[in-house]
Amino acid sequence: MSDLYRIACAAGFSGDRLGVAKPLVKELLRLGGPSCLIFESLAERTLALAQLERLQNERLGYEPLLEEMIKPILLDCVHGGIPIVGNFGAANPKAAAQLIARLAKEQGISDLRIAIVKGDDISSPQFREKLEASLSANDRKILSTSQLVSANIYLGAKEIADALSAGAQIVVTGRVADPALTVGPLMAYFKKDWSDWDFLASATMAGHLLECGAQVTGGYFADPGYKDVPDLSNVGFPIVEFDQAGNICVTKPMNTGGLVNRMTVTEQLLYELHDPAQYLTPDVIADITQAHINDLGSSRVQVTGIKGHPRPGTLKANICIDGGWLAEAEISYAGHHAYQRAQLAAQIIRDRLGKQLDLRVDFIGSSSIFSSDSGHGPVQAANHQFEDIRLRVAAAHQDRSVVMQVCREVTALYTCGPAGGGGVRTSLKPRLNTLVGFIPREDINASYGFYKGEANR
Amino acid sequence: MKRSFVPLYELAHARTGDKGSRSNISVIAYQQKDFAILQRELTAEKVKAHFSFRNPTSVRRYDLPNLTALNFVIDDLLDGGVNLSLNLDSHGKSLSYWLLSMEVNIE
Repeated sequence: MSDLYRIACAAGFSGDRLGVAKPLVKELLRLGGPSCLIFESLAERTLALAQLERLQNERLGYEPLLEEMIKPILLDCVHGGIPIVGNFGAANPKAAAQLIARLAKEQGISDLRIAIVKGDDISSPQFREKLEASLSANDRKILSTSQLVSANIYLGAKEIADALSAGAQIVVTGRVADPALTVGPLMAYFKKDWSDWDFLASATMAGHLLECGAQVTGGYFADPGYKDVPDLSNVGFPIVEFDQAGNICVTKPMNTGGLVNRMTVTEQLLYELHDPAQYLTPDVIADITQAHINDLGSSRVQVTGIKGHPRPGTLKANICIDGGWLAEAEISYAGHHAYQRAQLAAQIIRDRLGKQLDLRVDFIGSSSIFSSDSGHGPVQAANHQFEDIRLRVAAAHQDRSVVMQVCREVTALYTCGPAGGGGVRTSLKPRLNTLVGFIPREDINASYGFYKGEANR
Repeated sequence: MKRSFVPLYELAHARTGDKGSRSNISVIAYQQKDFAILQRELTAEKVKAHFSFRNPTSVRRYDLPNLTALNFVIDDLLDGGVNLSLNLDSHGKSLSYWLLSMEVNIE
């Protein structure tokens, strides 16, 4: 057995850059040794959107860019013995497996072993009682008066590891904890005990460093003059080297842009982390308070000293409910007195809609981001000389026709508003709201199975 | 002229993450020697006050001396977060740069 196992991450969210998997696979093949390629493509709401898509068409509801993700690298991965693990199954892992089977067939690959992880979807009526019991009293009330769109458990790594150990070349999942995509392959390869908490914690933090793709290799980092990143236009996606003892080394493919250094790794290690002594995941509670980061240079950074504690007794559930409608509308004012004309336009909208809707009003170019929805913001220097202001009005409401008025009234500013208003754009979108529950582990039945072709569905 | 106050971005870098309406902002000293200044200057109370216009309900600070980093966990900073907020930046990804604008005493 080789002492090193490599995992490369080719997506950090649904909608991440395409074409980054090829250089990763090329690098894994160049370096040789056992490895795996992962795709993380499920943010908090992605799955609910996928569920809506599946309701429209039962053959959809998986990652919309799946074909573009997999097609260019499938043959190389199969020939090179690199398994692919992804949560790109979203709300319909079986349909995703079917697509991958078709791609394999088109490329002349026979008998591709595709595993599907099941058990994360708890939206069916049989779970309703458990779902309600998992919520706070307030959230239970919200759920009782809303339409449920999706409910999913964050599964751990066990089913992924079992599928790989059984010979899966592709593992398709729906909702799993993001680090599970990394923990699964590492547990399958190193065959550690599921109560080896330190190993599981290191594997989890390796997954945490990988799961946002380029965020550890120079993305979400550059600040010219303070934190410069070379060739960010061609940022390389991350590779983690992992050993028997749980040591992590983060790196990226040769001849790619971006950088891996102490700063990028520290920022990503703490990303979306709360108490650093207790990072809760389905497989382990990770503790990074004793972690050390060692910058080896040449975009190689070692992370050691991660500790683990026994896994929690409950699993987190992500519940999406219908959240009404969001309307946004914008109009621009430029040149002499632009700011004053935008102010007048905002006053007109407030006069006409302020009684029925809680409006958010932004002056893009002056202030639009730091302030709260209620309009309180940092005290700005009194500079009303802005010459290029885009007014933005946003509001949400359960009733589509009510919120639609935001789009209508901003559009009407063309002829009924201040002088020189131009470039109106409006958007009306359904909204989703998320509730979080915790369900006892023993109430959840997770498993995996091999895809057996369309005829046997 | 020697300055006693500098903007935080001269001493540290930062990154924001979000979960629901809770935000976490890591603040990491560029140089080991400045970590003590961050520990002294960036109390949870001061950070809460710096974000007062967003009405955070609580701010907790976790110290990671090995990493020369502080991690701030700020509750109810995001007007309901990515699902409910009307902000263009509903994740609050830009908020690390508001924290980095804070003036800190380096004497």
